[in-house]
Amino acid sequence: MTAPALSMPEIFETLTLRGGFNTNAVIMGTTLLGVAAGVIGAFSLLRKRSLTADALAHATLPGIAGAFLIATAMGYAGRSMPLLMLGAAVTGIVGVAGIHLLLRYSRLKEDAAIGIVLSVFFGVGVVLLSYVQQSTTGSGAGLNHYIYGQTAAMIRGDAYLMGAIGVLASITALVLLKEFTLVCFNESFARTIGLPVWLIDSMMLGLVVVITVTGLQAVGLILIVAMLIIPPAAARFWTDRLWRLVMISAGVGGLSGYAGAAISALLPGKPAGSVIVLVAGAVFAVSMLLAPRRGVLAGAVRLARLRVRIAIDHVLEALYEIEKGLSDDPPPTGRPLLIRLMRLRGWITGAPGAPALTDAGRAQGARVHRNHRLWEQYLISYADIAPTHVDWSVDQVEHVLSDELIEHLEQALRKRGLAVPAANGGAK
Amino acid sequence: MIPAWIQQFMLLDLFPLSAAVMAAVSCGLLGNFLVLRRQSLMGDAISHAVLPGLVAAFLITQSRRPEIMFIGAAVSALATVVLTELIKRLGRVEPGAAMGVVFSVLFALGVYLLENAAARSVDLDADCVLHGNLQTLFWAEPPTQWSGLFDSQTLGQIPRQVWTLVVTLVAVFAFVGLFFKELRIVSFDPGIATAQGIHAGGMHMALMTFVAIAAVASFEAVGSILVIAMLICPAATARLLTDRLASQLTVSVGVSVLTALIGYGAASVMGVNAAGMMASVSGVLLVAAIVASPSHGVIARSRNQRRIGRSVATEDVLGALYRLGEIGKTAARGQLVKMLGAPARTKTAIERAIGDGLITERAGRLELTDTGRAHGAAIIRRHRLWEGYLVDEAGLSPDHVHATAERLEHLDLSERLGRGGTPELDPQGKPIPPGDRPTL
Repeated sequence: MTAPALSMPEIFETLTLRGGFNTNAVIMGTTLLGVAAGVIGAFSLLRKRSLTADALAHATLPGIAGAFLIATAMGYAGRSMPLLMLGAAVTGIVGVAGIHLLLRYSRLKEDAAIGIVLSVFFGVGVVLLSYVQQSTTGSGAGLNHYIYGQTAAMIRGDAYLMGAIGVLASITALVLLKEFTLVCFNESFARTIGLPVWLIDSMMLGLVVVITVTGLQAVGLILIVAMLIIPPAAARFWTDRLWRLVMISAGVGGLSGYAGAAISALLPGKPAGSVIVLVAGAVFAVSMLLAPRRGVLAGAVRLARLRVRIAIDHVLEALYEIEKGLSDDPPPTGRPLLIRLMRLRGWITGAPGAPALTDAGRAQGARVHRNHRLWEQYLISYADIAPTHVDWSVDQVEHVLSDELIEHLEQALRKRGLAVPAANGGAK
Repeated sequence: MIPAWIQQFMLLDLFPLSAAVMAAVSCGLLGNFLVLRRQSLMGDAISHAVLPGLVAAFLITQSRRPEIMFIGAAVSALATVVLTELIKRLGRVEPGAAMGVVFSVLFALGVYLLENAAARSVDLDADCVLHGNLQTLFWAEPPTQWSGLFDSQTLGQIPRQVWTLVVTLVAVFAFVGLFFKELRIVSFDPGIATAQGIHAGGMHMALMTFVAIAAVASFEAVGSILVIAMLICPAATARLLTDRLASQLTVSVGVSVLTALIGYGAASVMGVNAAGMMASVSGVLLVAAIVASPSHGVIARSRNQRRIGRSVATEDVLGALYRLGEIGKTAARGQLVKMLGAPARTKTAIERAIGDGLITERAGRLELTDTGRAHGAAIIRRHRLWEGYLVDEAGLSPDHVHATAERLEHLDLSERLGRGGTPELDPQGKPIPPGDRPTL
């Protein structure tokens, strides 16, 4: 790395917003934008519109180039940020309208419509951009910063504007939280109680446009969509409540924005946009792995536990059947680790080669055995499964039965005069 | 001796143009299955996500050898597919969002690595990724004699991107040709495919692999933006022009070629970016298909609607006159218009019916001609059969069926309704005219 060596105080100063005035403004602005993107992205995610935002972002390119061309032709300074943002917003909205028109007037599906708008608008943008570059010497340079984003090119005013818009957008979304929620979760109910669904929907989309256009300069139009998608997707792992989802998503967005801008301020040449997205991606990966209930790790632990429980149940059932003389099989001692675990948990005693049931183990073994028989008979009499095929399926379902269901089954079978092993385990 | 203009063409345009055409066709053909399977955006995701693979391959090996770049890109393309599936399944994330997370993070990684490499002044250009570098594919020394066209030295000058695309094109055609049946079944109904012993998941991965290969091979010449456009637009255009998969494939190939030719030509003339122009042209062709497709186009459909509207108006006029005739009456134009409402529509319908010889006007009164009466009878027959059906089968009461039958009478299912022996009277006791009806 050729990045200049940084001293610790320097790093600390930047991270705690005591660095250069300009740097602070950019970091603050990006953070606030991240928060706003997190809030608004949450609704996009719920509305399953994540990729519409991508098409929207790509569709801003012809607007940027077009606004520049028009402004230059009329003798204004083409590169003023509000002007370019306006152009970006116009073609962005036209792009979204294009998606709706494609869906309305052709038999193409949503994925194709999104892809078409994304690629064609971007293609037009590339054409306009190449025209700008060859026709206007010099003044058009830097327009393609909007593709990949460049915080370094931002001035303080731009950053303030970005931050202010971020705050306003977040506040708007929070004020309309109830309406947005209703439209996201139950559109027809919202319509029934008289909410202007179309208007609310357009407000949501409008906020997405605002965030996209505002973030172009810092993050770039290809990656801005990540700020709308990744924070809510990461937040979704941590909670099932909408309010918390919005808050966590805002936090993740803010953190990504902050870290991205700070790192790129510390290490010149590191593009803020990609650092922001990489930070958000890291948060997503951590969330997906570690979140307590929906996380992959938690899921794997749950699955492993279930497997162990089922394996233990099988051993207990086998031992119980041997003890009661219902089976001539040798005791299942093939899995020493499992046997040891069972002894630790107090299900069995005796030497590893000749395990014997404890009282608790016997009771559990009887319970599993009873479940097994119950299901066997149920499947034969109700589900028309041939007796020879029953055992195989029983092993899969006996562990998911609830007690109430067993009770119900028992009664149903008794009513038909079918024998049920007694619930206390004294079967046969 | 090869004429100068052809030499000029070979020098500047032959390779870029053929690269563009081959890239467009490879992507366009595969795109059919993506569009059908509603996975168009996988192409988008893949072409964004190959960037880190390209850059990483370069950074690791410090060489721009094409095989190495190709492997890097293919690896990250497949990583995109696999990661998206993993996040979708393990994380239970909504498919669109899962894809968005994966490709944006990978793309960000690519940009980050690229800027790092750029800081070390390495010749890798982020813009190239988006719109390729067709213009570098010129032919340094095109042969001056026709005989020199095929000697080994000339062929050796063909740029490697062109060779890559030739191989890719052949491979894509072979894949689609050999597995057409499987691809078709898997695309339309994965369930039936599985029941027939076709591995749907395997076909999915194979298709994605070929999309990745086509994307990567096209990438260097035409850039990611054109790859996305070509994976979706020609197939979507063809989908609007035909209803059979085989002809859709053919049409999409034609559209791809056309797109590349027009786009490249326009870009050359205007001196703008060729890949961007081709993407724009693909959009224009698609819009043209949406508007003008003979079967599914906006124009065709609205014309069809107007035709139906006209025939309904005429049928209403004839039906009304027939009813009047049943009780021995005729009507003046004004009366008929008042009876049927919708003045403008009814007036033109009357004019048309007179012109078609279905009605005559005698002393200010409108009367049905013989043909007109036959048509009117057919319409009233349908109306009354529908009324009978609505009462007998749908359980409506006889005094509520008229309005519904008024609309259904234009639907010519009446012969089925009267199949079990036509009754002679409708629920209100009016005679149902007998059955051999002419059509309008």
